[in-house]
Amino acid sequence: MNSPAPFLHVGFILISLSNLFLIVFMLVLFAVALIAPFPHRIRHDRSDRRD
Amino acid sequence: MTEQLAARRDAAAPTPAAPDAAGGMVEEPGWTAAVRRNLARRMPLTELLPSTQPAYVGSWVYVFGVTTIAALVWTIASGTILAFMGSAWWHTSALGHFVNSVHFWGAQMFFLFMVLHLWGKFWMASWRDGRAATWAVGVVIFLASIVTAFTGYLIQENFDSQWIAVNAKDAINATGLGGFFNVLNFGQMYGIHVMLMPIVVTLLVVLHILQVRTRGVVRPIGDPYTPTPETGGDTPEGRLEA
Repeated sequence: MNSPAPFLHVGFILISLSNLFLIVFMLVLFAVALIAPFPHRIRHDRSDRRD
Repeated sequence: MTEQLAARRDAAAPTPAAPDAAGGMVEEPGWTAAVRRNLARRMPLTELLPSTQPAYVGSWVYVFGVTTIAALVWTIASGTILAFMGSAWWHTSALGHFVNSVHFWGAQMFFLFMVLHLWGKFWMASWRDGRAATWAVGVVIFLASIVTAFTGYLIQENFDSQWIAVNAKDAINATGLGGFFNVLNFGQMYGIHVMLMPIVVTLLVVLHILQVRTRGVVRPIGDPYTPTPETGGDTPEGRLEA
């Protein structure tokens, strides 16, 4: 906590590794949310709808 | 007693239109009756608390909204404890450190899931079909959350918060708002963070949820099916059970 955060510096890109990790993590989580199967049941009979 | 309760329940129920002498339908006059009819029409309980969802909602992308709300609940709950116990407690005791960390990470998760929710809604163009106001309120929630988080950073009462405040003071003075929003005034920042902004964000989130439930979840792009008043939000693919 008492030292500067490690940074990635490539050309004009300057970003702390913690921020870079967070952004990559969010992109991966978003991609997984799009691809991963969602457990659910489909009801086709509209006559017994509860709502 | 039972009759009194029944009378009160009947009075609270939406008043149906009654036939007048000419055979036309007359609605109960008055603005309270008009508001009641409007709420009953726009926000029926079956839409506010549905037991099923359209089939296309079966994706993890639709979960980011409720995870954002869950993070908000954790943040407000831990913030309430911090407000009661005070800064000496959260800086010196082990339990205080823990609750302070829960508050910090709750805010981190709130922003993380809010941005993922934003990405999902942006790419599905969720402002379609009369949902522009829902999108706009979401934008305002995002901006209000930034103010809340910023004031939170300013009231940590450590060197980090002092460094942020001194730098922000110059920036906000440059905007001309420094006289009204003084980041070096701890009392002002504390009041805004623990009272004003939580109320603003919570009310806006409640409004956002009501908007979503009133309109329903937007259909996928390119889906030719258009809901009608007869089918409501129902879909040919069936409904997703809650």
